[in-house]
Amino acid sequence: MTSTFQYLPDTDQDQKEMLSFLNLSSIEDLFSDMPESIRLQGELAIPKAMPEPVLWKKMKGMARRNAELPLFLGAGTYDHFIPSVVGHMISRSEFYTAYTPYQPEISQGELQAIFEFQTMVCELTGMDVANSSMYDGFTALAEAASLAIAHTKRTKVVVSRAVHPESRAILQTVAAGPDYAVEEAALSTDITDLEALTKQVDSQTAAVIVQYPNFFGSIEDLQEIKKIAAAQGALLIVSANPLALGLLQAPGKLGADIVVGDMQPLGIPMAFGGPHCGYFAVTKSLMRKVPGRIVGQTTDADGNRGFVLTLQAREQHIRRDKAMSNICSNQALNALASAVCMSALGKTGLREMAVLNLEKADYACRLLQQKSFPILNESPFFNEFVVQLPKPVTDVQNALIDAGFIGGFDLGPDYGEPNRMLIAVTEQRTKEEIDAFIQTLEGIVR
Amino acid sequence: MNAYTDLIFEISRPGRTGCSLPERDVDAVNLSKKLPAHLIREEAPDLPEVSELQLVRHYTALSNKNHGVDNGFYPLGSCTMKYNPKINEDVAKLDGFSRIHPYQPEATVQGALALLHELQEDLAVITGMDAVTLQPSAGAQGEWTGLMMVKAYHQQRGEKRTKVLVPDSAHGTNPASATVAGFRTVTIPSTKNGLVDVEELKKHVDDDTAALMLTNPNTLGLFEKDILEIASVIHEAGGLLYYDGANANAILGKTTPGKMGFDIVHLNLHKTFTTPHGGGGPGAGPVGVKEKLIPFLPVPRIEKRNGRFVLNREEPLSIGRVKGYYGNFGILVRAYTYIRTMGPDGLRQVSESAVLHANYLRKKLEPYFVSPYEQVSKHEFVLSGSRQKKLGVRTLDMAKRLLDFGYHPPTIYFPLNVEECLMIEPTETESKETLDAFADVMIRIAREVEEDPETVLNAPHTTVIGRLDEVKAARKPVVRWERETVRL
Repeated sequence: MTSTFQYLPDTDQDQKEMLSFLNLSSIEDLFSDMPESIRLQGELAIPKAMPEPVLWKKMKGMARRNAELPLFLGAGTYDHFIPSVVGHMISRSEFYTAYTPYQPEISQGELQAIFEFQTMVCELTGMDVANSSMYDGFTALAEAASLAIAHTKRTKVVVSRAVHPESRAILQTVAAGPDYAVEEAALSTDITDLEALTKQVDSQTAAVIVQYPNFFGSIEDLQEIKKIAAAQGALLIVSANPLALGLLQAPGKLGADIVVGDMQPLGIPMAFGGPHCGYFAVTKSLMRKVPGRIVGQTTDADGNRGFVLTLQAREQHIRRDKAMSNICSNQALNALASAVCMSALGKTGLREMAVLNLEKADYACRLLQQKSFPILNESPFFNEFVVQLPKPVTDVQNALIDAGFIGGFDLGPDYGEPNRMLIAVTEQRTKEEIDAFIQTLEGIVR
Repeated sequence: MNAYTDLIFEISRPGRTGCSLPERDVDAVNLSKKLPAHLIREEAPDLPEVSELQLVRHYTALSNKNHGVDNGFYPLGSCTMKYNPKINEDVAKLDGFSRIHPYQPEATVQGALALLHELQEDLAVITGMDAVTLQPSAGAQGEWTGLMMVKAYHQQRGEKRTKVLVPDSAHGTNPASATVAGFRTVTIPSTKNGLVDVEELKKHVDDDTAALMLTNPNTLGLFEKDILEIASVIHEAGGLLYYDGANANAILGKTTPGKMGFDIVHLNLHKTFTTPHGGGGPGAGPVGVKEKLIPFLPVPRIEKRNGRFVLNREEPLSIGRVKGYYGNFGILVRAYTYIRTMGPDGLRQVSESAVLHANYLRKKLEPYFVSPYEQVSKHEFVLSGSRQKKLGVRTLDMAKRLLDFGYHPPTIYFPLNVEECLMIEPTETESKETLDAFADVMIRIAREVEEDPETVLNAPHTTVIGRLDEVKAARKPVVRWERETVRL
């Protein structure tokens, strides 16, 4: 006897009718092709089914075991305001229950939304072409490096140590496939050491990879880095925070060949690190080498404007083992979320939000300086900066939690600086919260 | 449907906004004093300026031009377009899951880590593997992760194996993943019965064989009955067996890849485990492995030590990180919720119903279309449009005609080894009435091909737009809106 499940519509009668149509006596007859020796004996050893109301209690209980506190933590994922309209629009099930838009006649909504997303990414980055999304900003960066290797037919990439540690870690994993070299460029305090970089970049360098603002919040001078890359014919790959591009010069205007990053700051919940949404933008000359889906505009027989997946000759389902990337599923729904968020913010809202971030971080930084905390950024920064503490960050974090705050990122494990904390201040933090946080911090370390 | 055709940029008017931001409560900063002039943006990105209602109407209008599972039957083969339960969506949105930061101290995210740890354990049981990583964001990334572990495994044994075997019916991602992982691909032909040609396979297996990638049931919906022999051929040569879990909806609770002899498995949570496809993503592609491959799993690993859940970042033989943080957490929450909803009995019924539905629909359609294989189907089946092609109507035309009846067409022209292929996966969540109605429409279209082919050739007739010129889109790519572009 089987139990009834809300997602399984077959009644005993249905089952009987279908089996009889198939001239079979039992469901088991349909599995007669599975050798007996590989058949599972007994049930899967997983917990029993739970009715919805019981499951709700359990899931709420699990969610409650996670602390949602005011955050001064960023390091690649940020607590930003998400307009309510974003959640409502991506909850239209015509969007979220659809597959990749293979049938354009019944997927015009998704296709147009992605075409608009691509346009917004081009606008932010100052690039010519953007794809429909990547898994996240980190994997997008690794794909950009692989593109540069394939395009230039060179053997190494040079990545700044001021690029996110996870980006660099994933890049190392990815590079082990095609087996190209990943060299790290040294730091000069809080930014890439340009003198050292000049010596490191050579005729075998496919690309120079930097982050903008970098992992420490500082703003790299892309113009100078472009000169170093271009002198050796290397591409410039920039990983950029899309919110910061509301006030920072577009990387495309400063010579970037590929711009990648994560749209998370614009409309996507932190969600313990995912799903977020990588973006990938290039100059026109690299258009036919972009990984992933691209939506293009075209017309039907009557001349009506419509949208289709295009330039598919690049992709795995056509090229198979000749494809440059294996990406198939992407993060389309989150690309939609960020497009809705960017549309809500608009031209002025994006800039206003970016400026608020810079101002709040600036305020927090000055207040810490007044209280004699050394700040390690020598270059201008966006919404994050590094503070030197008199004791290990791990100790401070625990005391901050007791006081009701989530502190900054511990630079110990990745940079060997256990007393340095990377602090992020977004528009979500009020002046009162910032004051209270710093007062608490002072109390903990003094 | 409506005639709304504007882009969001075209309804934009300077001065409108769709949001309200907090007022400045700290000192203003003079940007030109803080930043060098060439790094300050002088021209704002040209984002749309619309009111909130305009925004809502725009995206609502777009959604009305989109077909999802909630709109109607979606028998897209190999994609498992089953119902996406609503509780999954609501649970993933709980603040305690959606508003937590990935770098919060472990003590503040014990609920999230417990969920991930339990999910790892459940998926290990479901696949018959010894350990699972949840990091990969999609099936293709899972494949590549698995293949990087294959590479590390052989290297650790002092071997450099370069060859990955892939059947001709495999998903395109299989060979592409092999290439990205630095292997070369050798394609193994199928027999006329639609199964891996074991004799042909043996000819290609040698001490350079790193792995065989296999989907079972395969993309024709047929169970590879010789799987144990295939496994021993590969294993005897020192190779590994990789299971592409795209078709796992056929085997839940009936068998496991582990029992079939596989060493590595990826699952597509957005197929088998009901997380929505989102119009292309995000998905999740967890990877399970047998014990001998555990040292190579990506880091960080989620482990339970003394009753607490911790992130282990230190594993010397690990292939490293494959994805930011811990995977697509929000998707993992949905899959966990589903697995708890169904339990062992429910998951077994899922596969039983999925297989029953596929065979029922296949038999209903067999009198009207060429059905190339005799073996019982699993969760999906293929038909060939070769009979209709002789009458001048292609599978593409029949697929477009299906749109007129409110159905998403099956996967077409895949697998590549079936002429004019239609690949149909009805899933377990559809009712018998839906299957019967769809069969009636397919039969009607088969009749139209004979009696009124023009109706099929000119389809679709009822959609918001006709067939689009894809050649033009690729030859002269327009991939973004430009202000100066003349409106069409």
